[in-house]
Amino acid sequence: MAGPFNWLSQVTSVTAFGIQSLPQRLGSSLTSMLGIAGVVAVMVAVLSIAQGIMQTMNNSASVDNVVVLRSGSTSEMMSGLSGDETRFIAEGPGLARNETGSIASPELFVIINLLKKTTLTDANVPLRGVGKAAFDIRDTFRIVEGRMFEWGLNEVIVGIGARMEFEGLELGSTIPVGQEEWPVVGVFEAGGGLAETEIWVDSAVLQPAYRRGNSYQSVYAKLESPESYQAFKDALTSDPRLNVKPMRESEFYSSQSEMLYNLITGLGTFIAVIMGFGAVFGALNTMYTAVSSRTREIATLRALGFHSGPVVISVLTESMLLALAGGIIGAVAAWAVFDGFRAATVNMASFSQVAFAFDVSASLLMQGVVFALIIGFIGGVFPAIRAARQPVATALREL
Amino acid sequence: MKYLYLVWSNLKRAKMRTSLTLLSIIVAFMLFGYLGAIKQAFNQGIDVAGLDRLIVRHKVSLIQLLPASYESQMEQIEGVDDAVHQTWFGGVYQKPSNFFAQLPVEPEEYLEMFPELLLTDEEKEAWFNTRTGAIAGRKTADRFGWKVGDRIPINATIWPRKGGERTWEFDLVGIYDGAEKGTDTTQFLFRFDYFDEARQNGQGLVGWYTVRIKDPERAAEVAAAIDSRFANSSSETKAEPEGAFLQGFANQVGDIGFIMMSIIAAVFFTILLVAGNTMAYAVRERTNELAVLKAIGFTDRGVMGLVLGESLVLAGLGGAVGLLLAWLLVSLGDPSNGSLPVFYIPARDFIIGTVLIAAVALVAGILPAMQAQRLRIADALRR
Repeated sequence: MAGPFNWLSQVTSVTAFGIQSLPQRLGSSLTSMLGIAGVVAVMVAVLSIAQGIMQTMNNSASVDNVVVLRSGSTSEMMSGLSGDETRFIAEGPGLARNETGSIASPELFVIINLLKKTTLTDANVPLRGVGKAAFDIRDTFRIVEGRMFEWGLNEVIVGIGARMEFEGLELGSTIPVGQEEWPVVGVFEAGGGLAETEIWVDSAVLQPAYRRGNSYQSVYAKLESPESYQAFKDALTSDPRLNVKPMRESEFYSSQSEMLYNLITGLGTFIAVIMGFGAVFGALNTMYTAVSSRTREIATLRALGFHSGPVVISVLTESMLLALAGGIIGAVAAWAVFDGFRAATVNMASFSQVAFAFDVSASLLMQGVVFALIIGFIGGVFPAIRAARQPVATALREL
Repeated sequence: MKYLYLVWSNLKRAKMRTSLTLLSIIVAFMLFGYLGAIKQAFNQGIDVAGLDRLIVRHKVSLIQLLPASYESQMEQIEGVDDAVHQTWFGGVYQKPSNFFAQLPVEPEEYLEMFPELLLTDEEKEAWFNTRTGAIAGRKTADRFGWKVGDRIPINATIWPRKGGERTWEFDLVGIYDGAEKGTDTTQFLFRFDYFDEARQNGQGLVGWYTVRIKDPERAAEVAAAIDSRFANSSSETKAEPEGAFLQGFANQVGDIGFIMMSIIAAVFFTILLVAGNTMAYAVRERTNELAVLKAIGFTDRGVMGLVLGESLVLAGLGGAVGLLLAWLLVSLGDPSNGSLPVFYIPARDFIIGTVLIAAVALVAGILPAMQAQRLRIADALRR
């Protein structure tokens, strides 16, 4: 009699039985479901911050761009290159060229104080002096409002993220640079990258304002092709006139965001795991209650010849279905509330603000649901075993 | 007493359920305490900021340097008691993730300005007499296993030595402790005279100043006087109280307080659901018993108290254990392995925690308790 088909049909009927009686235990089932939804929502929301920052960094990087800093520097802020050095770098092999020469932009990077809109306290906003080639290197650059600054004039353009996060960056307002006030003449976007938190100006104008003489901090350049990187790097690192560290743009940005990303991910995971324990206890409670309220029913089934396997599976299924529903509710709620939510934080690696959007990605949603299912499984497996192990005779006698 | 006994035996009747509820409450309060410590770390030292101290920095941004000559000029301003300077060295010890602050300072003045840094007299003496001498905070010294007498090599990222050499070597002559719990003991301090002479460029320039004022009441006034003293010079300043400066620095990260509140709210919502539901179930299950209690003379209030007492015992026990665990976890060290300047649960959070325990007990217990109070003996016994 006991073929696999029979076993399967037992599973289906016991499970259906359990699920049909769910409405009788609505209160406690809803509780455990909402509890799991809460955990998943928090986890997805916190991790989406880290994801958003990473996304901003990835958007900044292009495979055929390189960044050159002084060797030993971990950020542009700490780096310094003389005018001569930037020229030698621009002469390096493997760089793309146009009519004016190789596509390389020596840049200055300083920070200025502006008020953050959310807290109305000072924030370190990056101000970048760029060369003419900067716009050939960042091919996602686009002016969205106003106009481009005039070369040689004290005018600035601001990133769209910076304008959103900080006070006083509207078109027509001015920002304090050194002793002067420079007008904002345009707003730009840069493919959602880091540059959107920055303010840009002609580097030749920024140098005297910061008494930098003819020095820079970094060189951004475009390669002929991603493959020419090695030749470029080897030439620079073996050049006796230079003491510099060339990096692919992707490498540079991931080194810049690594600390922040790890910090947020670590914290988010830690909180999620601890909350997960809480939810497991809730789910266990719910399922033990469910099992004990069905004690007689389950015992009757067993007495009728049902195996314990189907009983275990039916309890587990119920628990995991509840968790699945909770996980989906939590993940979707986090997505609805937080996806695209804009914020800015300080990146200690560059000591400056980075604006980003929370990024609730599909993989994050999946992670949330999987986490819910794990909670559901642990919450269901022990009660299921207890249900199956109960001696039929005593269980039938229960009230 | 008889109530307590009854409460206790009721909790014992479903041991599994009681312990699971207890565990989820423990988890909630553990998380509450831990997040409190993290928030404290972000707001580093705001609580212990000196009321009589101002921070004076370059108006444009903290990275712009100020002339060292400002010190004596500031000390002449009415209301200013003393001024000391600090500079961000930003070096790397072994690898970049070993982050801690390194500052060149004037030893005697600096220790006088920050009496919360505790050194023995011998250590002080040694520092004043050793040009390459440096002192480190207890936390950083423990983190890297440094002992007095060690030679500490630090690679410069901003300040190479004359001739381009990047490695600076310092002799560790002292390890300071903090006078208060919130004192930052991660700093590495070395002598400015040595630094200024050996660095390749920037001679005579410093990062920012800490200024002690005579009367904390007049902080705003003195700050304005300092700023106007240097207005229209090549390096204009921005002076503000130390607390406001640190608060502003913490705000750079974002609205930490708001984020933490949101997470804690979500945690408590979750836990309340679980605990409240369990309590409700426990009362429903015992309808008969409660009716018997009433029949043998327990008052409505008495029965209500019994149920509330149960939820209070659960929340109290769970909350206390949770906070204790959080405290243990926090004293084991911070998640970034020692680079957070301060990491502890402030006393304030223990008080808030206690209030929350009472709130959880009340919210979870009140509905079942009222249900128990309203129970009519005749109906209940017939069930």
